[in-house]
Amino acid sequence: MPLVKSVRGVGHRVVDSVWRLGVASRFLSMTLLQSGMSFRRFQLIVKEMFSSGVMSLIIIGVAGLFVGMVLGLQGFETLKRYGSESALGSLVALSLVRELGPVLAALLFASRAGSAMTAEIGLMKATEQISAMEMMAVSPIARVVAPRFWAGVISMPLLAALFSAMGVFGGYVVGVVMIGVDEGSFWSQMQASVDFRNDIINGVIKSFVFGVAVTVIALFEGFDAPPTAEGVSGATTRTVVESSLAILMLDFILTAFMFRGV
Amino acid sequence: MQRTTLDLWVGAFVVAGVAALVVLALKVGNLSTYNVSETYQLSAYFTNVGGLKPTASVRSAGVLVGRVDSIVLDTDRYEARVTISVDKRYQFPKDTFANILTSGLLGEQYIGLIPGGDEEVLKDGGVFRKTQSAMVLEDLIGKFLFSQADEKQ
Repeated sequence: MPLVKSVRGVGHRVVDSVWRLGVASRFLSMTLLQSGMSFRRFQLIVKEMFSSGVMSLIIIGVAGLFVGMVLGLQGFETLKRYGSESALGSLVALSLVRELGPVLAALLFASRAGSAMTAEIGLMKATEQISAMEMMAVSPIARVVAPRFWAGVISMPLLAALFSAMGVFGGYVVGVVMIGVDEGSFWSQMQASVDFRNDIINGVIKSFVFGVAVTVIALFEGFDAPPTAEGVSGATTRTVVESSLAILMLDFILTAFMFRGV
Repeated sequence: MQRTTLDLWVGAFVVAGVAALVVLALKVGNLSTYNVSETYQLSAYFTNVGGLKPTASVRSAGVLVGRVDSIVLDTDRYEARVTISVDKRYQFPKDTFANILTSGLLGEQYIGLIPGGDEEVLKDGGVFRKTQSAMVLEDLIGKFLFSQADEKQ
């Protein structure tokens, strides 16, 4: 009976994913409860911030610059039709600060740092380093997971802010320096339309939420991976797919909450 | 505590991130244009505020003198009551005109203050007597068509 089989398959996958969601929530609460040590030994967080935050600087900076430049070009082409090229600054800044900065920085962070986190923890598990820690009565969640979690959560808003700032600079280079939009109106229209509390702080809150989601997914997938070469590679793929989807869905929910026609 | 080059890199990363936030707040956002000086409140009634929004600017002779605090509908008069906070350095005569103007054809709307000649000035909580509502394009077109029809008869 192929029909029964396929229905059974769907049911199995749904139950399995709900199960994994429950384990992941328990994993997050355990990480939060056991993160005391990583704040007492802050060096652990600093080390992880280097590998996830500092090493992502180049990709974030270059990507932000080019996204801003594309926004400048495309925005100018569109605004020119309505004779309002002077609104280019507010178009570039608003789209970066509200949406593109947090979302694209989080997507890049998930594929650059999240996948590395999953692979690292998965391999630690495959080579039985995690079990060795448990044998020595060292909690792997406190020693391995919590510092990486906090490093990701701290790095993400900083990276998103850098992305937006580089993007605004890119838009300035294309719009003002290359095309020749008036510099004064570029900045003044931008300042008139971007509100500190409504736009910038909400962008920071967004990137903070994305940071939590990406690092939890990456760490959980690594911790949950079957200890084989295939298992680690599958977990790394799932990290990128799941965190990208989570970022985009969370972005819709957060946007619906934050920007309800002020 | 031992210092490592890693700490330096992470420190530089944090400084760069915070600097980006400050740049966003001051250069991109409007945090620098908020009045930190003392303000006093004035209010005005408009029959139509158009697209005016809270935090819109209040200008006199083109100079930024304050910001719009709140816009509510007054159900006693069925008019919009706009509260603005004005910088304490600037005083306005009692017969000042408050107009809702638009910067450019498609720009944002703001309140323009045109001072009159009265010797007394508006105090905190004062109300503008003379106001002019926002220009609504549909009304203008309606008036134009009406006057055209009149001419033909």
